[in-house]
Amino acid sequence: MFHATPAPAAAASTTSTTSATAATAATAAANAAVDGILAELFARLGNRQDQLLPVLHGLQDSAGYIPPDSVPAIAQHFNLSRAEVHGVITFYHYFRTEAPPRCVVQVCRAEACQSMGADALLEHAEQALGCGLHGRSADGTFGLEPVYCLGHCASSPALTINEAVFARVTPARFDALIAEVMATGTREAA
Amino acid sequence: MTTRIWVPCDSAALAVGADEVAAAIAAEAARRGLDIRVLRNGTRGLLWLETLVEVEMPAGRTGFGPVDAADVPALFDAGWSREHPLALGLVEEIPYLARQQRLTFARCGITEPHSLADYLAHGGYRGLRNALALAPADIVATVTASGLRGRGGAAFPTGIKWNTVLKAPGTEKYIVCNADEGDSGTFADRIIMESDPFVLIEGMTIAGIAVGAARGYIYVRSEYPHAIARLEGAIALARHHGYLGANLLGAGPAFDLEVRKGAGAYICGEETALLESVEGKRGIVRAKPPLPALAGLFGKPTVINNVLSLATVPVILDKGAAYYQDYGMGRSRGTLPVQLAGNIRHGGLIELAFGVTLREILYGYGGGSASGRPIKAVQVGGPLGAYLPESQWDTPLDYEAFASLWAVLGHGGIVVHDDRADMAKLARYAMEFCAIESCGKCTPCRIGSTRGVEVIDKIRAGTGTPQAQVQHVVLLRDLCDTMLGGSLCAMGGMTPYPVLSALNHFPQDFGQAGIEQHGSQRAA
Repeated sequence: MFHATPAPAAAASTTSTTSATAATAATAAANAAVDGILAELFARLGNRQDQLLPVLHGLQDSAGYIPPDSVPAIAQHFNLSRAEVHGVITFYHYFRTEAPPRCVVQVCRAEACQSMGADALLEHAEQALGCGLHGRSADGTFGLEPVYCLGHCASSPALTINEAVFARVTPARFDALIAEVMATGTREAA
Repeated sequence: MTTRIWVPCDSAALAVGADEVAAAIAAEAARRGLDIRVLRNGTRGLLWLETLVEVEMPAGRTGFGPVDAADVPALFDAGWSREHPLALGLVEEIPYLARQQRLTFARCGITEPHSLADYLAHGGYRGLRNALALAPADIVATVTASGLRGRGGAAFPTGIKWNTVLKAPGTEKYIVCNADEGDSGTFADRIIMESDPFVLIEGMTIAGIAVGAARGYIYVRSEYPHAIARLEGAIALARHHGYLGANLLGAGPAFDLEVRKGAGAYICGEETALLESVEGKRGIVRAKPPLPALAGLFGKPTVINNVLSLATVPVILDKGAAYYQDYGMGRSRGTLPVQLAGNIRHGGLIELAFGVTLREILYGYGGGSASGRPIKAVQVGGPLGAYLPESQWDTPLDYEAFASLWAVLGHGGIVVHDDRADMAKLARYAMEFCAIESCGKCTPCRIGSTRGVEVIDKIRAGTGTPQAQVQHVVLLRDLCDTMLGGSLCAMGGMTPYPVLSALNHFPQDFGQAGIEQHGSQRAA
């Protein structure tokens, strides 16, 4: 659906090595998956513009992110320009345009959490994960992001690990939670 | 006989291990062969006691907290008696709760939030039944007479807003609930949505009948996935039982609701930006007029209210305008759900009639700071609210009293900082927050916030000549004045509140230049 204009990378890959061909196959499979997700969302939600955010949410929920390649198809469905769709995607902090790491840690940076040591907790997280805010750990497992208020201001500081919320988080509790992720795989949202 | 034990399922309890506690209780009861049923209530709002476990006893529901899963075997060993160190006695008699005046939050923590039967058993939907027997204008008149004001910050009288929509021409009208609660220190909306979702649904349904709207939207922030799931479950139940849909309770008008999920933009808490977002656009503020009451969602007349305003409507329609009016002081009628948070020993939700002082909240309820150090500054009303020094803590919680201090009561959120707080750093944070979250439509907010960060950085660095440092402070005040007067909405227009209040009340944190400027301002 959104391959109406072939990506330059796909065109170039016809002359590349076997591994690149495998990568292209994987990309094609991912693209087909996104096509399927969008087709289902379009059929269910219709094409009134107020369904744009629900479509973007649905795509991110299923695919993990909003692939930039999907913008033309979304724009066409809603009869909007690509710039308008791009503008909406980039306006909202929640939408991501690249695949997330296996484990996303979001540390609350709002004032109530700051008053209970969120800055020190963030520093600890940066050291423990080996990456700064908006960064990823060297092996790509962890990503560290800011978030502004999880509504746990009376049990601060708070953070999320793959959308599961934890409050009253000390550096020691942070280490225990990360150790649990390492031991059991990704901690699922509660 | 089965003993009932309640373990909260509010996300504040889940965040400190409530699911693990519930599982441990069920497992321990099974191991001991005890006949126990674990129920999942909402939260009472005594958040420092989470996980607050309640056990059904002959005298009433007895509390234990804060309970960790590891405490569970010992609690069973002690027979859940008053002898156990975590025992709190009857929950209703805990002073923090017993001294509150709960109208909006009357059911929170008592009922199971996903049970319509529980809601009905505790007085739910009596307000809607009364409303269905009234003419729309009479419902609006009741809300107006109650004195209810919007809980979003501007404190506009709810009944007057509804009346504008009622009288607006056209048959297509909407009810929009602003559930984009994103202010640091506020969690009252989240508690309502997670602990008593039907009360919000009932309030919106009454609003729909009152103004002639057949459709409503609840715009909830993406940071609240539990609230979204709880609301969607409750809406489906209400629809199934005829409390939403084509004919309310089989005979009334049509009204239905849907939840719309936000996407992490603070500005969408501003009502016109929120409407843009529901329409599928970037959340950019609209110029007013026209008012949303006349040209709101999809250009149609729209009631847009905060969660707490709408969730308070059922009790007003149930018990009458006079009942609600009797609480409060001056022009601030009814109760204010105060949210006490940050560096405080006993943080939580406190619903009280307007008029209690900040000091009473901080010490009488909050028990002082969590760190045990002196409290230095208290920010009231979210990240755009002023920082109040101790000299202002005897102010009563009342919209007009706060306005006279050049402060805002806003949504009733209170964030406490102890004496280690660096107020210049917090002022910088307010500007940085505005720079990140500005929708970009107007220049004072978009550019002013970035320049604000830069100038505060220069003041904090303290490397300029004394004259240059004073000039930076003068410039900061000038910039704040421009943002205050020139911004299109409260985002840029209120960022100066935390910045200037920090500068005025805590000049020492801005170095010598702050002190000199403060002195010259005072002399002027």
